Amino acid sequence: MNTLIDIVVFTMLVTTALAVVRTHSLFATVMLSGVFSLLSALLFVTLDAVDVAFTEAAVGAGISTVLMLGTLALTARSEKPSSHSPLIPLLVVLVTGAVLVYGTLDMPAFGDALAPAMTHVAPDYIARSPAEIDVPNIVTAILASYRGFDTLGETAVVFTAGMSVLLLISGRRITRAEAEKGATGNAKGTDDAIGDGSDET
Amino acid sequence: MDWSFFVGHVNYWLFVVLMMTGLYVVVAKGNLVKKIVGLNMFQTAVFMLYISMGKVHGGTAPIFPTDMKIDPATVYTNPLPHVLILTAIVVGIATTALGLALVVRIREEYGTIEEDEILEIEQDMASEENRIHGQAMGGRA
Repeated sequence: MNTLIDIVVFTMLVTTALAVVRTHSLFATVMLSGVFSLLSALLFVTLDAVDVAFTEAAVGAGISTVLMLGTLALTARSEKPSSHSPLIPLLVVLVTGAVLVYGTLDMPAFGDALAPAMTHVAPDYIARSPAEIDVPNIVTAILASYRGFDTLGETAVVFTAGMSVLLLISGRRITRAEAEKGATGNAKGTDDAIGDGSDET
Repeated sequence: MDWSFFVGHVNYWLFVVLMMTGLYVVVAKGNLVKKIVGLNMFQTAVFMLYISMGKVHGGTAPIFPTDMKIDPATVYTNPLPHVLILTAIVVGIATTALGLALVVRIREEYGTIEEDEILEIEQDMASEENRIHGQAMGGRA
């Protein structure tokens, strides 16, 4: 039963990904990206990662879709068809994929309870967290307590990204077009306008 | 390659297929918003690969019963990849937001979010600048 669900979800994920490649409408692309996140959340549930599933559903399918729709409102609606040949990207992708598949050949089989990832700290966390932290959800116990510094680092990253976004798109800025318009008023200002342009890029 | 090896590894290969679809969108498409969507797809595929490494056969979600009466026979899936990927998802949305802000800024500056048009404008700017510098040097540059 679980295998059947996996196969169905996988087929839908691949179909969604191919639809993103094919479509030229950016709105459709953004919506399909939300669908992709939601399907991956479904797959996370079948892999027992319920915390990850609801984070992905809220953040990946929710917030990121909203951010992208906001960007579309400020930029463009559709994509210009590419004039380049897809052969070189296809070659790059196939070679990278082949190398990655070669890398997985030495990996432990799916669901192997004796895999290296299962034998070091993970059983220790599971055995000790009821006595030490006393929180039913082991993921919460590790996230907030054993690996609290990870979460602190994450907060620092989110803060930095938030500051950068504010610096980039808030406030009044002089665009290149306006700088040029101001420059045509006085003939001598041309050099200055181009100087400004190169400073910003 | 026998059947059990195939069944034990096919999930990794399927995730690689999804990853490479995302990478293809990043490399082949010229639209900046689409590139970011491709990057997100790649990222989600990496998350799935990582989570699938933590799955244990017959295991259950790593949550104890609320009364904390833990049955020692219960097998729990490895919670560590879940924690790392939770952090990665939040960092991922932060970088996506930053990328989208850059796209908005590029659109303000260039009036387009297509890569080849931006390159064209950059080239025009460079040749215009060269022309002006050449004139300043008496047309000999």
